Amino acid sequence: MSQWLPIAHIAQQVQTGRLLAADLVETALKTITDKLEYQAIIATTEQRARERAASIDAVVAEGKPVGRLAGVPFIAKDNFLVFGANTTAASNILKGFDAPYQSTAIELLEREGAICVAKANLDAFAHGGSTENSDFFTTKNPHDPTRVPGGSSGGSAAAVMLDMVPFALGTDTGGSIRQPASFTGAVGYKPTYGLVSRSGVVAMASSTDVIGPLTRTVEDAALVIDVLAGKDPLDSTTVERDSSGYVAELPQDITGKKIGVVKEYFEEGLSDGVREVIQASIAKLKDAGAIIEEISLPSLPLSLAVYYVVCPAEVSSNLSRYDGQRFAYSYGNAANLEESYSKTRSIGFGKEAKRRIMMGTYVLSSGYYDAYYRKAQTVRTKLIQEFNEAFKQVDFLLGPTAPTTAFKIGENASDPLQMYLTDVMTVGPSLVGIPAIVIPAGTSQGLPVGLQLMAAQHQDRALLGLAQGTEGLLA
Amino acid sequence: MAQLSREDVLKLARLARLALTDEEVEEFRKELEGVLQYIDMLKDADVSGLTPTTQVTGLKNVMRDDQVIDYGISNKQLLALAPGRQDDLIKVKRMIG
Repeated sequence: MSQWLPIAHIAQQVQTGRLLAADLVETALKTITDKLEYQAIIATTEQRARERAASIDAVVAEGKPVGRLAGVPFIAKDNFLVFGANTTAASNILKGFDAPYQSTAIELLEREGAICVAKANLDAFAHGGSTENSDFFTTKNPHDPTRVPGGSSGGSAAAVMLDMVPFALGTDTGGSIRQPASFTGAVGYKPTYGLVSRSGVVAMASSTDVIGPLTRTVEDAALVIDVLAGKDPLDSTTVERDSSGYVAELPQDITGKKIGVVKEYFEEGLSDGVREVIQASIAKLKDAGAIIEEISLPSLPLSLAVYYVVCPAEVSSNLSRYDGQRFAYSYGNAANLEESYSKTRSIGFGKEAKRRIMMGTYVLSSGYYDAYYRKAQTVRTKLIQEFNEAFKQVDFLLGPTAPTTAFKIGENASDPLQMYLTDVMTVGPSLVGIPAIVIPAGTSQGLPVGLQLMAAQHQDRALLGLAQGTEGLLA
Repeated sequence: MAQLSREDVLKLARLARLALTDEEVEEFRKELEGVLQYIDMLKDADVSGLTPTTQVTGLKNVMRDDQVIDYGISNKQLLALAPGRQDDLIKVKRMIG
């Protein structure tokens, strides 16, 4: 059982003076201290959090409104620009970087009264699926500290499941919210591409980067998205929010909902343990009246190859700003500008960032651009068409989230390709830009397994409704 | 299958402004070859008649008014982030000559 009430309930209690924001912040900070050994947290923002809590309690005492997330503590992945602590993206090159402004997502949450209490660990620059690529330390899985929490939003997922806060923010470029949700038993939501502003978030691969919440329930995830969704003049890729909002009416009935089980997800590579849990979930959905159909997406097995061309290409471009001249770490003893660039970057970037920069530089370089980058982006078109066709036949798609449950720390660390393969089931929706949510579906040998549900672009509201109905069946 | 030489890796490192150690050059050579071998599966995909995807929102020419918005950030705060400074300028190593 969580020590936290549903988010809407907490805010209501704070608004009516039955709970104090100050006490909620202390509860969060104490839990963070009690669970330090899991290394989910890079830094707390305790001073600013306490000040914000006091001012919210003061506004309540005056009888004024304080917002839909009043007093609700949360943790942000350390690639969000936040006041009150440095923003490092878990990288040495950004160590000590004090953001001069906050990300739009943080501003929107604060406007509704939410309070950021800490910054969570991640794979440096969000490159990875385990937090082992953090330049600082590896976060441990709350269910088994010898295992990874997944990644790259592994610190955020662990923080929620260690009960530090009711929700945490993550980013998902190829599965970085969904895979750690599956590995830790959290709910992880990747909205439609463009639904949430990315202004003030450290960029990874801009054509697939999205922001979303990690929570314990779909209801909480929907409320957070309801606060975050919509156009932002500071991010020209943002799209209009749903005029009905994202908080679903209850109860959610799944009778008659057409759900496509993606055939390719169940072919080679899926472990027996995960397969059993997902098959059992499908059976429960069927019993509850959902119409289950098999759907084939023939290009899906190519999606990881597409992703590992497109993503490093965009990474190499986005990371070029870290040149040691304008902000962040700078090598002090360079003889000339050229050396200042190359030494700064070689010392400041970790192995995986360098690997992706090299890979991206390769696929974008003259002579290889057509064979790799252009080809990958064209296969991406094919993938988009296949998903679009599927959504003409069914309302939703379903599959596992990752081939396995949480793996041991160190198990995949020596082979980058092996690590990339943990993204194989999540990159498809990222490349297509559709919403996807992971909800806990059960366990295999004591470790959580998440079910991944997907919908067409902009069908976030319907997807959250389905997820809420499904969550009840699988609990 | 794509094969990479030491020189290929050094060329990429130069383009990417990375100074690699000898060990890193060999390590990345092997690893990049491994990843290239994996993505080789794209070669056989039939994409005739299709154009590349560059973005997935369908948005076009997103414009805004050309107006200064005050974010409450001063020049001084932003300049303070730069490792090298002189007066109100960012100082870098000599670029020419």
